[in-house]
Amino acid sequence: MEQLLRDYKQFLSDYITNLKEQNLYNGQNYVRQLIQKNVAPEDVINIHRKAVDEIFDGLPESLSHAYDFLIEVMVQYGLKTREHQSLLVQKEELRIEMDIAARIQNILLKTTIPKLEKLDIGMISEPIRKMNGDYVHFIYDERNDLSVAVADVVGKGVPAALCMSMVKNGLETLEYGNYEPSYILQVLNRIIEKSVDDGMFVSSFYGRYDLEKGILTYSSAGHEPALYFNSNDGSFYDLESKGLLLGVMPEVKYPQFNIQLEENDFIMIVTDGVTEIRNYEVAESRKLLKEIAFTLRHLSAQEMCEKIYVELQRLQDYNLNDDFTIVILKK
Amino acid sequence: MKTILEVSIHTESDIITARQVARETAKSIGFDIVDQARIVTALGEVAKNIIMYAHLGFITIRFIENEVNKGISITAVDKGPGILDIKSVLDESNTKGLGAGLPGVRRLMDTLEIESDVGKGTKVRMEKWLR
Repeated sequence: MEQLLRDYKQFLSDYITNLKEQNLYNGQNYVRQLIQKNVAPEDVINIHRKAVDEIFDGLPESLSHAYDFLIEVMVQYGLKTREHQSLLVQKEELRIEMDIAARIQNILLKTTIPKLEKLDIGMISEPIRKMNGDYVHFIYDERNDLSVAVADVVGKGVPAALCMSMVKNGLETLEYGNYEPSYILQVLNRIIEKSVDDGMFVSSFYGRYDLEKGILTYSSAGHEPALYFNSNDGSFYDLESKGLLLGVMPEVKYPQFNIQLEENDFIMIVTDGVTEIRNYEVAESRKLLKEIAFTLRHLSAQEMCEKIYVELQRLQDYNLNDDFTIVILKK
Repeated sequence: MKTILEVSIHTESDIITARQVARETAKSIGFDIVDQARIVTALGEVAKNIIMYAHLGFITIRFIENEVNKGISITAVDKGPGILDIKSVLDESNTKGLGAGLPGVRRLMDTLEIESDVGKGTKVRMEKWLR
């Protein structure tokens, strides 16, 4: 500390005498010594006070008190600055981990949209945070069936994403069994009920489309009713289906239904992030969604999904509340 | 010089009383103005923790010495919720929750020890010695 004080006093008195840029520059270079010796801010003030005291042959008492005051302030300031910085470091570490987790999730939950002649498929799934609590899974099998699962974890972010990985595993395990939609939901329910925390629920729509006959067989576990557009009469119908959310109770049976699709008919499966439009009731939101989809019905399924996403974002000032997923199956 | 002084901590004005006692003690032991400020700041932080988490506690300020040196010790005792994971409250990268700011406090003093029983309370003891 003595050496530091001597050096500082020298630089300070040089500056007071000459007022040159070089002197200021020397002062800044002196900081290197301070850092190397891990000198706290309050010590720097004290060094300055001592140097001034020696250069001017004593400080007036009141000025000395003013330095005492500054030292007191700087002790606390140093303490709080460090606390704040370590918070920032912590936040940055978390951010990096989240980015990695989100990348892994993207790889894990990646699904490819099958390209089929007899069915036009569109999909959009955008997370509100880094990790997506919605999940879409397509299966196209050799029996000429196209199956689609849309799932939505109640909740957002990391917990939802972790839960979703399990849904995906369940679906993949069931993939090769040619099971009915109602049975698949029944098994998924059992898996989720057993292995996930109480209070973590998943809603899911499961549909299997027979490409030859044009029949969609579907079942739902507490999911938003899918929308069916009948091009013949130009109106929408809700595909109502009663079924409990996945993960609530161990043994649940899910009813399943069939619907025949005709040319230009389409099915729109959405998650509640789509129908929970700010300042709208759910019923109004669904009405609005139908109106938007109706005006876009001449487009391809993928274009429809994207246009609806853009339009609903615009209506909410580009500030959505929830993970947002739409799947459109268009004959 | 009185060697043990105890101040009960319940309100913000108690913090000021305790600070004053600690400053005078530190000064009489021979700490310079910067170290006085550090000791008082460290006391202030643990006192704030008492008010925030335990609502009531005591701070004891002691003159300590050994063969070669003199110093001050400050002990804060409360019957609050206690700290489960002491390592984590002393960890630089953890500044949230119980014991907020303790890593910084440790840097102001020479030693800082925590004893805590969850549900029974916490004792923080710190020392600073003359150089």
